[in-house]
Amino acid sequence: MATANKRPLSPHLQIWKWGPHMAVSILHRTSGFILASAAMLTLVWFLMAVSGGEASYATFQYYVMEATAGDPWGFAANVFFRLVGVAVTWAFFQHLFSGLRHLVLDTGAGYELKTNRTWSLVVMMGAMVCTLALWASAFLGLL
Amino acid sequence: MAKAPHKTSYKTELGRVRGLGSARSGGHHWLTHRATAVANVFLVVWLFLSILLLPNFSYPAVSEWMAKPTVAVPLILLLINVFWHIRMGWQVLIEDYAHEAGGKLTAVMLLNFYVFGAGALAIFAVAKHAFVGVAG
Repeated sequence: MATANKRPLSPHLQIWKWGPHMAVSILHRTSGFILASAAMLTLVWFLMAVSGGEASYATFQYYVMEATAGDPWGFAANVFFRLVGVAVTWAFFQHLFSGLRHLVLDTGAGYELKTNRTWSLVVMMGAMVCTLALWASAFLGLL
Repeated sequence: MAKAPHKTSYKTELGRVRGLGSARSGGHHWLTHRATAVANVFLVVWLFLSILLLPNFSYPAVSEWMAKPTVAVPLILLLINVFWHIRMGWQVLIEDYAHEAGGKLTAVMLLNFYVFGAGALAIFAVAKHAFVGVAG
């Protein structure tokens, strides 16, 4: 279909100069991807494990949180899910704040260069601060 | 001006066959994406807080939590809304980055298998747990 190739394509990544506005847009897609895949697959597994009964929930807990010492596969799974946990909480805050920013942009507001830059930075900093605060308080036993 | 293609028609206009005209569903896609986004703000923040506020993650605590109507119903609404939002968001990614028609079609099809499959499994699990509990 030669004619189809004349349709506009998305801008290629390499022609853009990196800046907060671009980073926040890329991160919106990245965080959405993490939530759509890792977060939702873990949530679906969790819901199925609970509805499956005590034994299936124990299996979920074993691989996600608390494998017995000396089981290399269980340990690897635990480490993996810790990383997934941090990635998913960051993605949650990033996508939430960035999504709220997009809803404001959809009204036509916030496109002035300085305003746009400021709120892009606020979104990224906010997501990192919230993620750090959540895991620090979990680590310190405050939750 | 070409007429908007009627949904139930099996005929396709030449312009659309050649990939020239718009699909005329972009506005609806865009609005639904925003509507599900707003609903997600409430539903996902609710789930996040609801899980944080659980007394502990033992089976009795989690099982009792999930069987409550005030948890099971928002959970099902969340699953529908989130997978719907994922379907639209991921479709935009595919359309932006998969430039070949064959790959695009395959990717969108796999995306549909994922959201409907995972969504149905999860909704069934929540409903079964709320209605039947754990069968002996």
